Amino acid sequence: MTHRVAVIDYGMGNLHSVASALEHVGAAEVVVSHEPQAILDADRVVFPGVGGIRDCMEAIRRLGCDQLLDQVLNVDRKPVLAICVGMQALMSHSQENGGVDCLNVLPGQVAFFGEAHRGDEGERLKVPHMGWNAVRPAIDHPLWRGIEPDTRFYFVHSYHVVPDSEAVVAGTFDYGLTGCAALAQENLFATQFHPEKSHTAGLTLLKNFLDWDGTCS
Amino acid sequence: MALAKRIIPCLDVDQGRVVKGVNFVGIRDAGDPVEIARRYNEEGADEITFLDITASHEERDTTVHTVEQIAREVFIPLTVGGGIRSLQDIRTMLNAGADKVSINTAAIHDPELVRDAAARFGSQCIVVAIDVKRVSAPDDAPRYELFTHGGRKPTGIEAVEWAAKMATLGAGELLLTSMDRDGTRDGFELVITRAITDAVDIPVIASGGVGTLQHLADGVTEGGADAVLAASIFHFGEYTVAEAKSFMADRGITMRV
Repeated sequence: MTHRVAVIDYGMGNLHSVASALEHVGAAEVVVSHEPQAILDADRVVFPGVGGIRDCMEAIRRLGCDQLLDQVLNVDRKPVLAICVGMQALMSHSQENGGVDCLNVLPGQVAFFGEAHRGDEGERLKVPHMGWNAVRPAIDHPLWRGIEPDTRFYFVHSYHVVPDSEAVVAGTFDYGLTGCAALAQENLFATQFHPEKSHTAGLTLLKNFLDWDGTCS
Repeated sequence: MALAKRIIPCLDVDQGRVVKGVNFVGIRDAGDPVEIARRYNEEGADEITFLDITASHEERDTTVHTVEQIAREVFIPLTVGGGIRSLQDIRTMLNAGADKVSINTAAIHDPELVRDAAARFGSQCIVVAIDVKRVSAPDDAPRYELFTHGGRKPTGIEAVEWAAKMATLGAGELLLTSMDRDGTRDGFELVITRAITDAVDIPVIASGGVGTLQHLADGVTEGGADAVLAASIFHFGEYTVAEAKSFMADRGITMRV
């Protein structure tokens, strides 16, 4: 398996962390780019994202990253890992920034945790959901290899994804609700948490991504 | 399983070296920031905060370079603060590999910077640092105000009201430091910590005064903090981050161990 990874850069924030982490776990080459050729030449693709969804979607469309992603996912069928806002951008619609239409790769919504968000025992929960929370894999998947149930990953987000189909849920977290920590559909895996900031557990997941052939078994 | 409380070792960096003074005086050299960050990462630190305590213009480049080096090998969140005055400063630090930047004095001079920064880069990467001192007499109702210049210069701004305003403007997190306690090893100033954690919906990091592991636990259980920050107890090898985490976990605090 070659390990040439393209990290799609649509100009929203620092992607060096993702690139460094991929190199750390053995990627032979990591390119950070929005140039079609660089992305099409890679054998796997990371779709990251930080910041507000409106600006992200605007940049994704302006740079043609939506079409590139479609090519990579559906035509070339390469393994793709979406992270945080990258995952949210794959849904149909987000409530953030007054409501923004997204890519509709995974039908579903991106919803706010809510004002005065509370836990099961009435305790106040801060938003953003920031810090290390336990993730429970919902399915067997090559990307969970070597990762125990309830391993903690680093999250930082105020909105969470709600897919139309339960079948795409790959892992969950608890934070006053049962949220989607990860989604999986064919050659696509998406995480709400940041594997590149999740120390050993995150690096294990990234290593699994490098070794992944894009199938679910 | 609940969200874990965080332990954040802090590197106060002056001219490329980690230092820590008592009330910003009597500075002791604790070593190379990259090496120390690597050690904390291995010990299980939940995040690392890097404060450039001189932050004069000439030293910016040194700081950027150090942040780049840390970000290349430390795969936990990294916050950088000290001398952040503009959107360009924030961009420079995020591009160097910081995950969050901490804005302090600049937020006092120009609160709109917090709003603009959150709109541009997202609230998740905007931490507002609040340095406070108690200004009320010991027998009076406690009142805390913001101070600048390492605690020397009063601003007259009331702390709880300011914290709420920063949250409204888009801060994603608050870093609360008691300048009365910083460097004293007497423990966090729990009264103001509790008042601010109760007043805002965003996470609060307690800072200033940690001398024992019990102080860290108190910051969470008494102060209500979401994260606790400490420098000298870790730098000089008194305790490892792992020891601090198991101490807190033994007292029923949810930790990533």
